[in-house]
Parts: sequence; C-alpha cells; structure tokens
Amino acid sequence: MNFEEHAAKPLLAAAGIATPPGEVAANVQEAEAIAGRIGACVVKAQVPSGKRGKAGGIKLAGTSAEAGVAAAEILAMEIGGHKVTRVLVEAQVPIAAEYYAAVLNDPETKGPLILFSAAGGMEIEELAATRPETLLRLPVDIRHGPAREEIERRLAGLGLATEQVPAVAEVLVKLYAAYREHDAELLEINPLVLTGDGRLVALDCKFTLDDSAVPRRAELAERGTPEALTGLEAEGRALGLRYIELDGSVGVLANGAGLTMTTIDAVRHYGGEPANFLEIGGNAYVKATPALKLVLSNPKVKSLLVNFCGAVARTEVMTEGVLEAWDQLKPDLPVFFSIHGTGEKEAIAMLRARLGLEPFEFMDDAVKAAVEAAR
Amino acid sequence: MIVRGHETLLVQGITGRQGSFWTERMQAYGTKVVGGVNPKKAGIEHCGLPVYGSAVEAAQAGRIDASVLFIPPPGVKGAALDAIEAGIKKLVILTEHVPVQDVMFLLAAATEAGARVLGPNTAGAVTPGECFVGFMPAFNARIFRPGRVGVVSRSGSLGTLVCLDVVRAGYGVSAFVGIGGDPILGTTTLEALRELDADPNTDAVVIVGEIGGAMEEAAADYAKDMDKPIVAFIAGAAAPPGKRMGHAGAIVLGDKGTFAAKRDALEAAGATVVATPTEIAPALKAKMG
Repeated sequence: MNFEEHAAKPLLAAAGIATPPGEVAANVQEAEAIAGRIGACVVKAQVPSGKRGKAGGIKLAGTSAEAGVAAAEILAMEIGGHKVTRVLVEAQVPIAAEYYAAVLNDPETKGPLILFSAAGGMEIEELAATRPETLLRLPVDIRHGPAREEIERRLAGLGLATEQVPAVAEVLVKLYAAYREHDAELLEINPLVLTGDGRLVALDCKFTLDDSAVPRRAELAERGTPEALTGLEAEGRALGLRYIELDGSVGVLANGAGLTMTTIDAVRHYGGEPANFLEIGGNAYVKATPALKLVLSNPKVKSLLVNFCGAVARTEVMTEGVLEAWDQLKPDLPVFFSIHGTGEKEAIAMLRARLGLEPFEFMDDAVKAAVEAAR
Repeated sequence: MIVRGHETLLVQGITGRQGSFWTERMQAYGTKVVGGVNPKKAGIEHCGLPVYGSAVEAAQAGRIDASVLFIPPPGVKGAALDAIEAGIKKLVILTEHVPVQDVMFLLAAATEAGARVLGPNTAGAVTPGECFVGFMPAFNARIFRPGRVGVVSRSGSLGTLVCLDVVRAGYGVSAFVGIGGDPILGTTTLEALRELDADPNTDAVVIVGEIGGAMEEAAADYAKDMDKPIVAFIAGAAAPPGKRMGHAGAIVLGDKGTFAAKRDALEAAGATVVATPTEIAPALKAKMG
C-alpha cells in the first residue's frame, strides 16, 4: 500500500528526521492561507505517483498570492492517471547539497537494504547505473539492526564531507528504525537535503507499507492511498476475491495466481482478449459461486473459460460452486472447462451429470474453444 | 529444496483443518511424519501421531529432518524460530500473507543455524514415488509419475499442471520444488535450479516462473553454464503493469520484473521459453530426444 507524501512525512518526523513545515490544502483559499503563515513555499501535488516534478506538479511560490495561483494550476492537473485533489504547501528550504536515502526489502540478500547516495535528486535506478561509486548498499541483519559505526565507516568512502558523516549516519539509523516500526516495504527520502545552515531535511518521502502487514498496522493503513478499483473490482475485494477487470470478452475463472495468469496469457496467445483476472485458489476455493457471479456480471463477457488444476484447492468443491452459480443464474453463455488435480474425478462426474459437458483434456483446447466462441 | 523419502517430518499446526487433511495424505503417500505441534494440545494423539507443545520438545523425542508449517500468518515467525531452535534443517512454510519483515527475520535465523527454508506461500515439494511435503496432489499418478525431469515453480496450481504436461508427454518427474509466490523467499529459483542441477536423478529442468522480481534472471545467469537442458514458462505475459496478479511477488513495476526481460535472459542462457504450458512437452522432446 502506497502513501502520499503528506501521509508519509509524519513517519519521518516521528522518528526524529526533520521535514519542512507544511500543511495540506484542498483548494486555492486553503493554499493561500497556509502560504500566508509559512512564507515562501513549494506547492506539491499529492498523488501516489512519481514524476510529479516533470509533470509540473511541483511549483515554487514566493507569496501567498503566488501559492494560490500555483495551487489552482496543480489542482486542475491529472498526473499518472490520478486526478490531483490535494496539494502540500511547504516552506522552501535553502539547499546546499542533495542526497538519496532509503531502506527497502531486498529479495537478493533476503533482508533489509540501506541505500544512500551523496548524489541525490536522481532516481535510484539512474544513480545505480550512472554513478555506482556514489552509492552505499548496506545489507542489514534484521535481527540486530544496522551498526552505526559500520554506516559511518562506509559513508566515509563516498566522497561525503567528513563533518557530514555522523549526521547522515544518524538519519540512516532513524530511517531504519521507522522502516522497522511501520513494516515498510520501502521508506525513501529523495532528496535528503543539506541546508545552507548545515541541517539535514527530508524534502520528499515515499513510503510503501507491506500489504501482508496491513492487519497488524490497521491504524496506519487508514492513512494510505486505497488502490484505485473499478466497481467490479471493489465488489471482488469485499468478497475477499482477487478480481482484476480487463478489456476483453472471454470471462476467466481459475485457481491459483500462476494458473490464472497463465490462462489469461493463453487467451491472448490464441487471439482472444480476457475479460478479467480472477483466481479462487488458496483459501478462496470455497468461493466459486460468488466468484462466478462476479465474472458474469461483466456485460462484456461473451464466453466463459473455467480452468482448474487443484493442489490445495479441491476441484470438486470449486466445480460444485460453479454449477451452483450456473443453476442460480442460468446464463445464456457458452462455457468451457479444463479440470485436473485434487478431486478431479468427482468434479468431472458432477460436470457431466449437471451440465452434460465434458472437460477438455488440454487447457489450450479449452482456451481456443472459448476464444472462438467469444468472437 | 528437494524433499527425500527417508527424511522425518514434523507438522506444526497439525490439529487444524488443513493440517489434519494434508497430514493424512502425506502419511498415506509415504512421507515419514513423526509428530505434530500445537502448544495448546500437547500430549494428545492426532492422525495417530504424538502432538508436542513445541518443535524443541518434539526434537527431544527423536530426530526430525524437516518441518512443515500449517500456521496462520501472525504465528509463522515464532513457529519457524521454534523449529530452527529445535535443530531442524529444512522448513517448508505454506502460509500466504506472512509480513515480509517476519520472513526476513526467520530467514536470517535459519541461515545462521544452517537451516534451509522453502516458501513462504508455497504449495510444497514432491519427490514422486518417495514423499511429498505440503498440499500437493502427489497421490495423483496421472500428474506425479516418477521420472527424470525436475520442476521448479513459483506457483502450486500451475506447477501441478506443468507436471501433468510432463507426465502426459511420457516423461516423469524427479522432483517438484514449489518455491512460493512471495517477493522474498527462502529458496529462490536459482537455488532450486542449482540443487536440481546437482541432483543425479534429474536429467532436465522445467522452470515455471512469473512476472515480478528478478529471480528468473538470476537463474538464467547460472543456467548459461549448465549441461542439463532447460525449458521455461513464464506466467504473466498478458498481465497489466502495476497490478499484483494474485501473488504478492507477481507485479511489474515500471520496467522491472517484465515478462520480456525474463524470457530474453533465459533464452540467452540457452533455455527454450514456451508460450503455453502445453508446449513444454514438445520442447522437452526436442531437447532430450
């Protein structure tokens, strides 16, 4: 779950990392009032997307009136597909140097990774590619946390002014503590700036909360940006189903993330367009009835493809659920099955008895038939 | 992590619905299950096995080679640390939605203790004809006939279909290693591939990957120097970017984790990358004769 800048920065402030004074405004009047209180300011679009600067979503304002003009322009924008509804109005900070700092979950070392660069302001990928010598990559044993002495020693070799090393190490230790405390997947400050009077201030902050940690960070998660969902996707979410709406006409119901992705790929491979991603694997395999109703409530669906390969998900339970929904809705749609794995004998017998249908032995044949029928 | 028939297995969370159901199936298949754990039900017998208060306690009663966790997300870290403390060297974590920082914590402890972890969010591992650990339909002989093709898969359901395809083509499976769908895993594609490369019972490997992360790319780097033929299928070619496709790890972010990057890396390493699982069998035939 992503957090907008204004929702992420308080986590830094609480950890003892300085952020510029500022407030959120939803309209021109509010923006002007905040600027009136804090003076020369920056007006920043609040959207869960990068590249705000390039899109013109960050503007400097010297006066309250200028802040109003900037806010009016930014509030009329759409950035990365997100309509801007709020701006953050923050005090300007005199910049002497820009750094990059982050802590993230690293699949390669299978632990937290502290990243720091004395060349800030750039995207980290760009930094890693163009100026690797400025980049500190410090894997951390999560059981013990980072050792400040090691951070200081490693920072010393990066071309950072000697007098900056202890202060930067201090920020990294605090950043790591915030990362741990809030179950971050990523906590990033870009840029971390050195001010003219020698302070370190976080000008921007990106925070991604680990989705698997949401249950134990419920209060924090309320401040995150909810994922943009279509009506059907929201219905799926409410039912505890992973449903993603796509543009095509072949309705898809499968079990397990891998098999469902594969089914969609195969529909596309054979010249069709999938109408949705919907998997009922894992513990959701008992939800086949509501799942099928969801697929069929999309009016674009012209044929239905049911592809089960049961491991933990028992195919007889899923097939029973599909047949139950079929009985209730009696849809006028061609439907094609492929069923293998746990419970397949019972599932296939049920399909024959209740729909008079034979499943396809090969998944690809079921896919081709469903694609053909949707034309 | 290949599982072996001679290894003794502990089931943490044995008394739950899933734990009971799959323990019985593992026993019936030949897996040497020697006991279970439930701190609240220590001393009872379940599935004909002794139930202990902890893995440490279970290990005092006899040697345990591996443990499988049927444990809800909040309890996984504690249960895994218990197994590690008990000296168990193979852990299979089936649970989905374990907080990632908990995963990293238990993996650090496992590494220090010399223990290996499969998962989290895996359906487990099968060595046909010997044993299985987790919730795989190993007992379905149409899908898991013993043979000489090793399969490593991020997905349980798709991995099962791939084993079916391998067997339908007249081959058999030497070992199925389900590594899991999470972004941070105890056993990566590369680590499973290395083990299958070293396995004398395996002549060829099928890699079943997904979009997201860079595990397939890392495996491709190793595959360059392998003699055993490799066929790969990567799920998610048609997935919209920025969407998590059912697995926490299956997401394309910007230009990272794309289908094209994985396909290109594997093809450059000499692997055959097929467009649908059905094409795996002919590709194996072309490579193995």
